[in-house]
Amino acid sequence: MSRFNHDRRKALKLFGLTGAGALLATAGFPLMAGSVGPARVAIVGGGFGGATAARYLKRLAPELNVTLIEPLKRYYTCPFTNLYLGGLREFDSLGHGYDDLRRLGVNVVHARAESVDADHRSLKLDDGADLKWDRLVLSPGIDIRWGALEGYDRAAAEHAPHAWQAGEQTHLLKRQLEAMEDGGTFILVAPDNPYRCPPGPYERVSMVANYLSRHKPRSKVLLLDSKDAFSKQPLFLEGWRENYGDMVEWVGRSGDGRVVRVDAERREVETEFGEIHRADVLNVVPPQKAGAIANQAGVAGENGWVPIEPRTFQSRKVPGIYVIGDATEATPMPKSGFVANNQAKVTARAILADLAGLDPPEPRWTNTCYSVIAPEWGITVANMFEVYEGQLREVPGSGGISALEAPARIRRNEARFAESWYAGIALDTWGTRS
Amino acid sequence: MRRHFITLVALAILIWPALAPAADEAQVLSQGAPALAESCAACHGPDGRAQAGIPPLAGNPEAVMRAQLLAFRNDEIPGATVMPRLARGFSEEELKALAAWFAGLDPEEESGSDSNGEQP
Repeated sequence: MSRFNHDRRKALKLFGLTGAGALLATAGFPLMAGSVGPARVAIVGGGFGGATAARYLKRLAPELNVTLIEPLKRYYTCPFTNLYLGGLREFDSLGHGYDDLRRLGVNVVHARAESVDADHRSLKLDDGADLKWDRLVLSPGIDIRWGALEGYDRAAAEHAPHAWQAGEQTHLLKRQLEAMEDGGTFILVAPDNPYRCPPGPYERVSMVANYLSRHKPRSKVLLLDSKDAFSKQPLFLEGWRENYGDMVEWVGRSGDGRVVRVDAERREVETEFGEIHRADVLNVVPPQKAGAIANQAGVAGENGWVPIEPRTFQSRKVPGIYVIGDATEATPMPKSGFVANNQAKVTARAILADLAGLDPPEPRWTNTCYSVIAPEWGITVANMFEVYEGQLREVPGSGGISALEAPARIRRNEARFAESWYAGIALDTWGTRS
Repeated sequence: MRRHFITLVALAILIWPALAPAADEAQVLSQGAPALAESCAACHGPDGRAQAGIPPLAGNPEAVMRAQLLAFRNDEIPGATVMPRLARGFSEEELKALAAWFAGLDPEEESGSDSNGEQP
């Protein structure tokens, strides 16, 4: 028991003297004189991962000093931008502010994190501030690997948007769709794994088809894919057929769907075996990597993603830095907003345990990805994950996709639940109602 | 204090009895209902207080939720969507602990702001 008492005293110091500390004290563990004050946790990135980490750290340990660094005063989610493109959501409903996190006592700083000094445990911001931290959480999302697909650089994205980060790119794609003439061809280029939101490209073409079928019904939607298999594949193929007839065509890698070169100005793409496809609207989902700060902080691997300790999501390369969300290499977990939110909660507990000098709890994670194929047609994939023999894996016997050939009522329910999920996770992440 | 009491009750059936005396620390390090319940929040809202569509969980009768969760796990609810697939990732004991946990939460308590959190 001596280790226990020692750990408890350490926990008291780290969590501060009220809240957890006071409760521990009343439970019979005397407070130590000369507390070092509450520990400091800095979090970079105010999306699903970072904002959730801030919320849950503060909930579990109110005395903790939590700072969230996010340049945007209003964060727009990548999830549901497809519904905006499809005409089912207003863009404004995808924006979330930080007032509720402030109300909880999170110190929200609207600045860009520029560099991490792991040796001195500090973080430099673009407003000149130098922030000291005891534990650092990076939730930087993705960056585009410009040039990894021949011809696809920043300038090309102004002609052929990726729209894979919500914002101006999303609006550009929407304007292009609205300007396209009836009878035109929309082409989406889908990347090889891994990338943000595995079912995203397929939901994207579904929602584009939803818009076109209502406004430009003679148009065509072509998906050129670097893969032969994709998330919820049989459900998407069924949903496209049932809702859009032959408007949507998917070409996998073995059917020469892999695009190797983009000419964005001409809106042309060339496939592996030399076929040229011309689009009226060209949407390129390019290869990706962890957000830039991951590389700068020295936590990213050679493949551009961040290797983590499965149980805690602490960086394998730099102790004291935890990385969550799309930036991580966490196969078989998908890069989804749901998973980022869930990883944040597990990691919040792991950080608190670490600060108290205790072993982290045995974790389990959940994912549910909703995809909306048509207004009354939703589908899902659900998974549970655990650590088994030091590796992440799916919990045996759990998870799976919606049933094929399900009754209309079930598809309608899953479409409604998708909206309801968005409301739930927004409240759970930013504390916002949308 | 009600919450701390509930935490302790929940912990009594959980796996780490050595931590039970210190409520908050126990909650932080819990491997049971308080931690598992956090996953539910992404659809059912913080602390299971969903606003619309997906049913709220906070304050529902424990026996009803327990029966429902076990029925999901055994695939006995026709027309169910994601819940059977998720419930199979939990043991029966964990599902019972989750039912007890959510039954003990106040459905009325406020969480979250009223706007989109925009700065004034």
